[in-house]
Amino acid sequence: MEILVCVKRVPDTAENEIEVSRDGSDIERGDLVYSVNEWDNYAVEEAIQIRDKVGGSITVVSVGDGDAEEVLRREMAMGADKGILLSDESFAGSDGKGIARIIKAEVEKGRYDLILTGAQADDGAGQVGGMLAAMLDWPYASLVNHLEMLDDKRIKVGREIAGGNQEMNEMDLPCVLSIQTGINEPRYVGIRGIRKVASVEIPVHKASDLGLATESVGTAGAKVKRLDYFRPELGEGAEMLEGSPEEKLEKLVELLKTKGGLK
Amino acid sequence: MAQQIFAYIIQKGGKIDDTALELVTAAKKIDSESSVTALVAGAGETLATACSQAAASYETVWKIENEALVHVNAEVLRGLLVRILPKGSIVLIPHEHFGMDLAPGLAVKLDAAYLPDAVGFEEITEGKLKGVREEYSGQVSTHLSCDLSGGAVITIRPGSFAADESRALSGQTVDKSAEAAADGIPGKSRRFIEVVAAEVGDVDITKSDVLVSVGRGIEDQENLEMVNELAAVMGADVACSRPIVDAKWLEKSRQVGTSGKTVKPKVYLALGISGSFQHMGGIKGGPYIVAVNKNPKAPIFQVADVGVVENILEFIPALTEKIKEVKG
Repeated sequence: MEILVCVKRVPDTAENEIEVSRDGSDIERGDLVYSVNEWDNYAVEEAIQIRDKVGGSITVVSVGDGDAEEVLRREMAMGADKGILLSDESFAGSDGKGIARIIKAEVEKGRYDLILTGAQADDGAGQVGGMLAAMLDWPYASLVNHLEMLDDKRIKVGREIAGGNQEMNEMDLPCVLSIQTGINEPRYVGIRGIRKVASVEIPVHKASDLGLATESVGTAGAKVKRLDYFRPELGEGAEMLEGSPEEKLEKLVELLKTKGGLK
Repeated sequence: MAQQIFAYIIQKGGKIDDTALELVTAAKKIDSESSVTALVAGAGETLATACSQAAASYETVWKIENEALVHVNAEVLRGLLVRILPKGSIVLIPHEHFGMDLAPGLAVKLDAAYLPDAVGFEEITEGKLKGVREEYSGQVSTHLSCDLSGGAVITIRPGSFAADESRALSGQTVDKSAEAAADGIPGKSRRFIEVVAAEVGDVDITKSDVLVSVGRGIEDQENLEMVNELAAVMGADVACSRPIVDAKWLEKSRQVGTSGKTVKPKVYLALGISGSFQHMGGIKGGPYIVAVNKNPKAPIFQVADVGVVENILEFIPALTEKIKEVKG
């Protein structure tokens, strides 16, 4: 089984307060802690479990600048066999469709049976996997929280749907799946694992290597373009309790009592 | 505007989803003059019922009936829609479990722009729609320009546009089933098997009056003990947000949110929960929401009634002691 997993380097929202830059053109990136998009770790873990069961190899791929190499290396330390960085100045400003086009060009250079993506990224909306599948004319399922190989041509896939229910489907390979958190427990990556892959060469493929016309990607090819960032318009918002911790506790207990929160 | 606007209506067992009326509002923001066509898919009597409900809010309803749509499969439906939607259409779809399955691929096959997860629309200038999205767990918003000239697929976050309940139309239902299926049934490489119902847990949080709900801020499974103690002294039940279930620290039946349970308590105490829209989507009935989070920018403070900026790992035991003291 040849598996491709698409990963992305993102600011870690658990570790950062995200602020809008002064002119609104970007977020403040100076002190941000970056990591692999959380969903992508589940996708890589799932790929590892499949490979370890049925054999084959895993390639992790990312579209980004040189910094994206560190997340590829991290996923290789986790257990992926190979990393490929898709990077070109002309890729900047791509919309979801542009990113899908770039990855599609890489997919066509290989022979993959299965492509996994995270169900979404913190700054995205779960669009690339579905678009990539449609461009390749491969079947697609989103929000996958169960995966089972039936044979070398078919796969059983559970999708998360409303109310904690699960929709089971049978799909033909090759296919594209977007992986939801909770499908597995991504393994821990230790410092030793990182060291082991520290000097592995990660090829960089540019637009010309991929046979991509630069006007089909990046800002030039985008039908959806970012104009600016801004602070969300706040509603009335919560009444914030102020004072010492002790004062906050007293006020809160009083409020809970009044509102029927204590029985 | 010469472009036709369509709204995909989610229906379950003949009942149309709340988002059906929200999409009316969204469509009117794009073009207040144009009539909007509802797309309703399914089979049999439930589909007929759903179509007549949709006709009360939409000028035209396109009915797409097929045995393969008894349980709607996005791969099948996408293939059918591509055959019947006119070039340059603007298609609005709710951004939920089904919409996320359908919309990206539909945008590719229609060769249209794709604007996912819109929470608002501002003006249209020279064929470009200025849309609003939230990013980074709702910490910042962004304006996007979406080129409508070649058509667009836009997913709408449930609950972000007010439902338009003002309409009492008797829209015309047009049966598009034959045209859609003229070249056979597409999407055969993904086949629906069954829906596995959610597990029933030991506590039914949908019936609880007071919920103590815990999120990622609890950091460690061992720390759940302090949450249990607090809930016990309050006489409340323990619920949680998604990361706690993903980590297998609590069972799925305790998860509040669009992919978990919908709860209707009187008081909801959110501890270390950032307040994603998926989580808040599972809280109904306007409870009194108290949020405790160490991040003053956590989005939950925008929707809570009362907020406390504290580290929950210190605050929870102190709160438990205080309540014990008050109760005597």
